[in-house]
Amino acid sequence: MITTAGLTKRFGKITAVDDVALDVREGDRYGLLGPNGSGKTTVVRMLLGLVFATAGEIEMFGRSIPRHANEVLPKVGALVEGPSAYGHLPGRANLLLLDAAGRGSVRRTRRRRVDAALERVGLGGVDNRPVKAYSLGMRQRLGLAAALLGEPRLLVLDEPTNGLDPQGIREVRELLEELNAAGTTVFLCSHLLGEVEQLCTRVGMMDRGRLVLQDDMAELRAPTGRIVIHSPDADRAAALLDGKVDLRDGERLLVRGTDPAAVNARLVEAGLRVAEIHAERRTLEQVMLEVTGPGSDRIDHD
Amino acid sequence: MTSVELVKLVRRPRTWIAIGLLCGLPALVAAFLGITKVAPQPGEGPTFLSAVLSNGSLYPAAALAMVLPLFLPVSVAVVGGDSVAGEAGSGMLRYLLLRPVGRTRLLVAKLVTLVVFVLIAVVSVALTSYGVGVAVFGSEPANALVGSDVVTSVSGTGLTPADVALRITYTVLYIAVSMLGVGAIAVFLSTVTDSSLGAALGALAFLVTSQVLVTLDAAASVRPYLPTRYWLAWIDFFRQPILWHDIERGLGIQAVYVVVFLAAAWANFATRDITS
Repeated sequence: MITTAGLTKRFGKITAVDDVALDVREGDRYGLLGPNGSGKTTVVRMLLGLVFATAGEIEMFGRSIPRHANEVLPKVGALVEGPSAYGHLPGRANLLLLDAAGRGSVRRTRRRRVDAALERVGLGGVDNRPVKAYSLGMRQRLGLAAALLGEPRLLVLDEPTNGLDPQGIREVRELLEELNAAGTTVFLCSHLLGEVEQLCTRVGMMDRGRLVLQDDMAELRAPTGRIVIHSPDADRAAALLDGKVDLRDGERLLVRGTDPAAVNARLVEAGLRVAEIHAERRTLEQVMLEVTGPGSDRIDHD
Repeated sequence: MTSVELVKLVRRPRTWIAIGLLCGLPALVAAFLGITKVAPQPGEGPTFLSAVLSNGSLYPAAALAMVLPLFLPVSVAVVGGDSVAGEAGSGMLRYLLLRPVGRTRLLVAKLVTLVVFVLIAVVSVALTSYGVGVAVFGSEPANALVGSDVVTSVSGTGLTPADVALRITYTVLYIAVSMLGVGAIAVFLSTVTDSSLGAALGALAFLVTSQVLVTLDAAASVRPYLPTRYWLAWIDFFRQPILWHDIERGLGIQAVYVVVFLAAAWANFATRDITS
């Protein structure tokens, strides 16, 4: 769906994106994670033909970008660095204008498609007040509606839940899952780990312009081969499992092993109380901290 | 895309405020003249004003002469400067390009819109000032036509109302074309910066420079190439017979400015990174 090879962008002396090889497959819910300033947005802009790469190749739907952008973009819905609208016009008028601007949009079905897009993002009953009177969350929803207008097969969303409240974030997540189930590939950028962790099936991580990791979520979150045990009888548990204990921290033990059920049975058999026991999985945050350096918008003394 | 741009132009309050102001200035002047009956001496004050007291049907020419040096080019520079930079500033440029709207197509749509704005503005000034002129000054047959510095040769022959209408139409078109040079510069600057204010000011700086150099004898060597050099040549439409020499020069120079700056605008915009 999206593949890039050696994708590089330099702005003057600064290398914003460095040799990135993305691989987004059809049907993925792909999350591109990275600290602020790590080059995510520049990657998105290059994918969409807004920014021209210094070096490297981009292919979307098997066509090269930016050369064939005009064929590819009608199949793509996008939200780039926040929503925009003409503030003096109502939301519906904005979508009608935007739809009419695109080449080959069908006039007859325009109003219906706009209404459908508004309905999808929860703005179905929106009134005629101008967009400048909208709340941040409403603008975000309007931006999503604009992205959905052409019933795209690929959604490219940069920080799609910015400005939304927890209910809104959840609604957007459910909407994206629904669209994905109906066959839309979702590519989203975020610095919010939780958002990606809950939604995505595949993850890329960027750090200072480089793609430092790209893997299936299931792979990243696979058991680490250790078991976490919380027990009020931690001393005795540690003695019982001697030799396998990696770490002891108060009532919490980290034990090598892959079968929590068996360990649990052994502890209970010995008469020990177990408050909690489960296989250890890395959080996305741990993965992220392992592969990335300090935030790139941080500027320290040499 | 062009029709979308035209809808945006029409639905934008700024368009009508600008045109209202352009039409308001001649109306204000007419009100003063109508009440006081104090006309400037021939050869002083704005062009044609001394002639209109006897005949309001010439007032459109006087009105255009009033808005031409500053008011009209300022509004053109604002609209032109806003064309691409305004979209960039509001963040809509990227979403328009993603519809997708080709960059060349977007630029063409912006240009057509600018030309339409200029035409609406000039025609509105001509029509409203005709109405105001006839209402305030009446419409006796024109018998004395006075240019800014020349007593025209038609004082004896007089112009029929149809003749006046035709020449005012020529004038409207010539002034519209005269604005295109400034417009093209503003559009070019608009593709360079994301600030519509900056683009408009840049175009105005160019305009003011040109206006100053036109009056400066020391700059005589560059004078024929200045965009404002032949702006007042439309007065020649009111000579008998019409003096075409400067008018042709004026059209030629505007064409050169339009071609050069639009080519630059296109070359810059088509290859530029959109980071707004």
